Amino acid sequence: MYLRFAAAGLAALAFTVPASAEINVCVTVSATGPAASLGVPQNNTVPFLPTEMGGETVNYVVFDDATDPTAAVKNVRKCIEEENADIIIGSSATPASMALAGIAAETKTPVIPLAPIKLEGDGGHWAFPMPQPNTQMAGALLEHMQANDVKTLGFLGYSDAFGEQFLNAMQAQLDGTDIKLGPVERFARTDTSVTGQVLKLVSANPDAILIVASGTPAALPNLTLAERGYKGQIYQTHGAASKDFLRVAGKAAEGTILPVGPIVVAGQLPDDNSTKALGVQYTKDYEAANGEGSLSSFGGHMFDAGQVLKAAVAQAADSGAEPGTPEYRAALRDVLATLKEVPGVHAVFNTTDDSHYGHDERSRVLVVVKNGDWKYMQ
Amino acid sequence: MDGTIALFLIQDGITNGAIYALLAVALVLVFAVTRVILIPQGDFVTFGGLSLAALEMGRVPGSVAMLLALAAGAMVMDLVAARHDFRAKRIGAILLRTLVPAGLISGAVVLLAPLQLGPAVSILLTACLVIPMGPYLYRIAFQPLARASVLVLLIASVGAHLAMTGLGLVFFGAEGYRTAPLIDANFQIGPLFVSAQSLLVIGATVVLLVLLSVFFGRTLIGKALRASAINQRGARIVGISTELSGRVAFAMAAAIGIVSAILIAPLTTLYYDSGFLIGLKGFVAAIIGGLSAYVPAVGAAFALGIVESFSSFWASAFKEVIVFMSILPILLWRSIWSPPHDDEEE
Repeated sequence: MYLRFAAAGLAALAFTVPASAEINVCVTVSATGPAASLGVPQNNTVPFLPTEMGGETVNYVVFDDATDPTAAVKNVRKCIEEENADIIIGSSATPASMALAGIAAETKTPVIPLAPIKLEGDGGHWAFPMPQPNTQMAGALLEHMQANDVKTLGFLGYSDAFGEQFLNAMQAQLDGTDIKLGPVERFARTDTSVTGQVLKLVSANPDAILIVASGTPAALPNLTLAERGYKGQIYQTHGAASKDFLRVAGKAAEGTILPVGPIVVAGQLPDDNSTKALGVQYTKDYEAANGEGSLSSFGGHMFDAGQVLKAAVAQAADSGAEPGTPEYRAALRDVLATLKEVPGVHAVFNTTDDSHYGHDERSRVLVVVKNGDWKYMQ
Repeated sequence: MDGTIALFLIQDGITNGAIYALLAVALVLVFAVTRVILIPQGDFVTFGGLSLAALEMGRVPGSVAMLLALAAGAMVMDLVAARHDFRAKRIGAILLRTLVPAGLISGAVVLLAPLQLGPAVSILLTACLVIPMGPYLYRIAFQPLARASVLVLLIASVGAHLAMTGLGLVFFGAEGYRTAPLIDANFQIGPLFVSAQSLLVIGATVVLLVLLSVFFGRTLIGKALRASAINQRGARIVGISTELSGRVAFAMAAAIGIVSAILIAPLTTLYYDSGFLIGLKGFVAAIIGGLSAYVPAVGAAFALGIVESFSSFWASAFKEVIVFMSILPILLWRSIWSPPHDDEEE
């Protein structure tokens, strides 16, 4: 699938003289396949990315990788070869993003992954992921637990990489506090019942239970806990921050607290929040194009990639390198690692060589489910 | 663990086991009659559940397009098979059993879906949508291979499953749905809270199993199916059409899939790809019954449900491992004590 998105209109093309002054951005998202619920909103966000940066026209070439790392690699290789891409954006899920980091190192092209990946080796040198790292989200939950006298925390999470990574992040945060973790139970995305796990949790009766899952399968533990009459606090993660979760969980989700990127509640943020203005604008534009209530936090990462890229291009112009050259790509990478206070809809980015994520506590807010919608918590 | 928790777990296990039992029966039925290991059985369940959820919300379900596509495929296969004998009557007969019924059903669904006429109509429409998929699938994927070996049929079956899962994503999307319970009530029996839906699951399963045994024991077509299952060549000699029994077996499998879907869709969230794992557990139960005996398969399905619910309590991280490992000793025992099964009767 090869959706060429001519970012600049024909008129603009006619007046832009040398082709080499264009910046070519290669985008691969998972618009189909298992990560489609992430990739579709990201694909829909491409029209809202800046098409002009520092006087240069920006060309986005968009591919669908069907959540397949091999296809993502193929897309990007083709794009680098044919379009002489200056930077890569993608992919939607972690495995494909990891694969792209490898290509980035090999071709010395910076990449902006839209999934949280572990930064290591040469790939890590060239990758600047957009989403919040799990430790950031776990930290927000810990603050709420400490403020509300939670002493025991039950855990029910996916038996996969996401569940494992979040559990590790949470455990690292809990070390040195007086909160005890246990029982730790697992379930799978495809499970039709979590009664056994929930019975074990409810009989241990911890003060709070953390559910680590993504999308609609996150609703099953909520429903089963409600059925068994659990009265403690239920925490979810940003993985559950979708309208479909609210639809499936219904009343059982009321009172559940989760950390999310500020875009989820952009309209409810206080006015002094640095992500509010962009977030409100993006929400309005996106919902005007895709229907009321269609906004997904995952699309926000694509939007942020555009903002970060715009800031980087402005700085890279100082290096004197021409777009389309290896020098320009190296310059772009270097400025991506020295961003200062670049606002997006998920975070205000301050990157350094040690911290390519560049997030701080402004990149997450706590929300509570109230009357079937997200409510911002002070 | 105390007695109450054990009771809860047994109740949960029996509810899940009832669904596995239905699927195991469908798998045994299809295998006995056609020698196909019907991996798409789980897909019938998801398509049924997702169609029902869509109809409940007043939307036209994606299975309409799916039914039309399968009917068109079956029509093409029939026309190709009839290419040496193109008479108007014959073509008419082909159209009458492929595109015409599919078109009528689709038209009815498109007209009735936005009216939201209540659960009974939704269930009826879902059944009309999904049950014909069984015979059409048989016509497209398995009838041309009717004399192939079990292995070839299994490969075709895997292919059909992958195709149906892919189409499921296109037609239903990546998100999961659940339906409203048919009866929204809870009873307290001793220390146990029992939901009416879970009683319904068990009750409906038992009724369906009894009906099936009556069908096989008392009706002509049931006896014909049993005859083809016992000896296909013999059945053909006395005039039982292999194709007809294949179609009937697939239609019944799809119908059993619909019943399972109606029963579990309110209890769990269904996704376009959740059929595989549910079907796999039914398959494990059917294997324990040697893919030929109904009663042991049903017993194994209930046992599997209970093992699953206890292992999710004790060791949730290893739940699937325990469930699927439990099949090993049984297979070992069977391979020692049973005579080798004669797959290739032809």
